[in-house]
Amino acid sequence: MARHRILIVEDSPTMRQLLVFALKRLKDVDIVEAQDGMDGLRKVSSDHFDLALIDINMPVMDGLKLISLIRGEDSLRAMPIIVITTEGAKEDRERAIALGANEYLTKPIQANKVLRIAQSLLKAE
Amino acid sequence: MSEKRDGLFSRAEEVLSLFRRGAEFTQDLLKENERLRMQVAGFEAQNMAASDDVEWERLRHDLVSRIHNLEGEKQDILDRLDQVEGENRHFAERYLEIEEENNNLASLYVASYQLHSTLDLSEVIKIVVEIVINLIGAEVFAIYVLDERTEVLTPVASEGREIGDFPPCQMGHGIVGAAVATGETQCGDAATPEDLSRPLVCVPLRVQERPIGAIAIHKLLQQKTGFTPLDHELFTLLGGHAATALFAARLYSQSERKLNTIQGFIDLLTK
Repeated sequence: MARHRILIVEDSPTMRQLLVFALKRLKDVDIVEAQDGMDGLRKVSSDHFDLALIDINMPVMDGLKLISLIRGEDSLRAMPIIVITTEGAKEDRERAIALGANEYLTKPIQANKVLRIAQSLLKAE
Repeated sequence: MSEKRDGLFSRAEEVLSLFRRGAEFTQDLLKENERLRMQVAGFEAQNMAASDDVEWERLRHDLVSRIHNLEGEKQDILDRLDQVEGENRHFAERYLEIEEENNNLASLYVASYQLHSTLDLSEVIKIVVEIVINLIGAEVFAIYVLDERTEVLTPVASEGREIGDFPPCQMGHGIVGAAVATGETQCGDAATPEDLSRPLVCVPLRVQERPIGAIAIHKLLQQKTGFTPLDHELFTLLGGHAATALFAARLYSQSERKLNTIQGFIDLLTK
């Protein structure tokens, strides 16, 4: 079975480490971390990923800009995206979904929910 | 002449093989006949037994007791099935509990790891803010640091409101001051989120008995309806580890400053 590659684009090291902990429980996955939107764009452009988790509020380039750039690229259009946001930021979440994000997670994140959503998107791929 | 003899031999062979097949067929028929005869004898014996009342009664009794035994076994199996289903439910519940504990431990590990990952004071404060937002789920809160000389608690970081909105407070006064003075987590009133002198909960930060500061949470994120057992674990962890991290970072920056001053003097004297 081929290994799945997951990209986490999140500026908070705490959140990144927490997401890595949760996603490591999936079988056969390689996890790559990016600390802001620009770093994420560089990584997603130079490598193949089966799933990306993208935070909305980030320095340098925010999550919404990154999602629009990813969806504008033919080769990346099918890559599933999970957007990370706060429950209160409903507008951002709706914009992210309109731009092409597949699912969303709200903070504080629950490891079980991360796993469930990631699993379903990787299976559907 | 020779051709005639060969034809004769071949016909004789054919007749012989016909006889052999006939003999085999007769053997099969005899065997089948013997089998059927035995079967008829068996049926006749059963028939004889059935016609005998005593024998019939014995047979019936045997069958009834066999049915009773089978019913008993069936009940045992059903009871065992119920027991296994119960165990299964228990294991499923236990699995969920362990998974939750595992997630909680992961959160606590991440919080602890991040707090001790740097000696830079501003980085430590940033990490405490991240933990309170991302792991506890607070929307409005402030981090206070104690000035040991004046015994005043001053906010050094905040979220949800400007830092200037949070009033400094004297140790021992108000919810924040009382939490730091007593070393016990204090709970305020959830109905007054706008009053920034009365937090929903205040976690004192202490290194052993030495007060360092406090985290005052005024409002939780929309989806958080209350504090979970993990939040209380995180409060305990922050109370000790965030305090140690802040204390260590402060000492480190002071020692760095002193080292630079001493180095400056040495350079001045030696040059």
